[in-house]
Amino acid sequence: MAHMFTLRGLKYKEILDIVELDIHEHRITCIVGESGSGKTTLLRLLNHLISCDEGEIWFQNTPLSKWDPVELRRKVMMLSQMPAIFEGTVRDNLLIGFKFCEKPPVEDGQLLDVLKIVRLPKDLSQDSNSLSGGEKQRLAMARVLLLGPQVFLLDEPSSALDEETTQFVMEQLVHHVKRLNKTMIMVTHSRAVVQAFAEHVVEIKKGKIVTREG
Amino acid sequence: MQGSIDLSIWQLTAAYIFILLLILIVRLKGIPREKEILISSLRMTIQLVLVGYILAYVFEHSHPFYALVITAIMLIFSIYNIFNRTKSPLSPEIKKIIALSMTLGILVSLIYFVLVVLQVSPWYEPRYVIPIAGMIIGNSMTGISLGVKTLVEGMTTHKQLVEAALILGATPKMASKQIVNNAFDAAMLPTINSMVGMGIVFLPGMMTGQILGGASPVVAIEYQIAVMLGIVGSVSLTVLLFVQLGYKTFFNSRCQIKS
Ligand SMILES: Nc1ncnc2c1ncn2[C@@H]1O[C@H](COP(=O)(O)OP(=O)(O)O)[C@@H](O)[C@H]1O
Ligand SMILES: [Mg+2]
Repeated sequence: MAHMFTLRGLKYKEILDIVELDIHEHRITCIVGESGSGKTTLLRLLNHLISCDEGEIWFQNTPLSKWDPVELRRKVMMLSQMPAIFEGTVRDNLLIGFKFCEKPPVEDGQLLDVLKIVRLPKDLSQDSNSLSGGEKQRLAMARVLLLGPQVFLLDEPSSALDEETTQFVMEQLVHHVKRLNKTMIMVTHSRAVVQAFAEHVVEIKKGKIVTREG
Repeated sequence: MQGSIDLSIWQLTAAYIFILLLILIVRLKGIPREKEILISSLRMTIQLVLVGYILAYVFEHSHPFYALVITAIMLIFSIYNIFNRTKSPLSPEIKKIIALSMTLGILVSLIYFVLVVLQVSPWYEPRYVIPIAGMIIGNSMTGISLGVKTLVEGMTTHKQLVEAALILGATPKMASKQIVNNAFDAAMLPTINSMVGMGIVFLPGMMTGQILGGASPVVAIEYQIAVMLGIVGSVSLTVLLFVQLGYKTFFNSRCQIKS
């Protein structure tokens, strides 16, 4: 199976020290580890929001430094732990990504379909500031799903959701990603999520990789 | 046309007595500001007397060198004033952008204004060039100061939103668009407000000066309109250059937010 990401001799400040790591195409990779172990930092490096001090990351066999950063981020899209919501309605927030990616926007019908996937039955013209933390997280998830990148980098996507919603949303998300033949790299604290969906588990401890399964 | 009134030393003393009375009242009310009023009044007097003598000399000895040097001094002073007025720390890159935008925007406006609009002849006639340069530089300085403040504060307080836009595939330009627009608006606001209130809420300084100096109000107004347009043009140009180049200093070549 082809490698989506290849990491060699990677160092970032005192935070990460990864000798080697390969992340496969079309798989669901879960990154686990204690809080503060460097999981978010790893996703930010993969998205080229920050650059490593030593070593190299290859995406589709090309070093990140050779990619146009904006083009890369449109292929490898990250959902932050605490995603920012822009001023405006639910619709504005769903459509803003199309503007940023310079893609033509989609119809309301498609927006409503994606809101179903993340179980957010809201009116498109509702003010997004009136949503709860968990709802904002799902809105941000819907925003990324709509843009359909090749790789989804999800940072604790279910941290603000209850168990039942997590189970439903994760199932839908994984189904969606699999159906479209995409790659997913997800940081999670939930054992249940790892057991149910992970095809490859990477455990990080104090910035170093301790186990790789799958 | 009535000639201008040359104030006698006694008349100026009377103006000072007015200020001294005011200081007395401020003091009686227990507001501890009498020192500031006194010192700034004295400072203003000394500065103006000095400038008066320098300008009198320069106007008599009209020479391109004087027009250029005095404009350059005003420009440099205004750039340092912008650096000092801004409370948030400024990076060396953004300081360069401020200096570049001020210099370029003001030179273009001033040259156009002096050569095309007013057709000053000879072009360096200090009697025209220096006051016009002063007004253009002063207003651009106020505009850019506000623009710098809004841009730097916006980039700091809305860093999360800028980053959120980057991770949704935005270019740095798109990600900072809202902040750049806000900075431009904030910078233009005083100039736009002063145009709207012009002639109704207040008479602008230059016109007041000309009328007190004995010019006909109609001539003063013609000049004022031209000067006001020059100011708006120059403020827009300097601020536009600044925001269009300034936001870039917050990103590196990899389209990452600089830490
Ligand atoms: N920009 C930064 N500068 C310095 N240290 C940071 C920065 N971001 C995170 N850290 C530190 O790096 C470590 C790993 O952080 P993070 O990657 O967020 O961990 P995790 O996502 O696993 O909880 C933590 O000790 C954190 O305090
Ligand atoms: Mg984290």
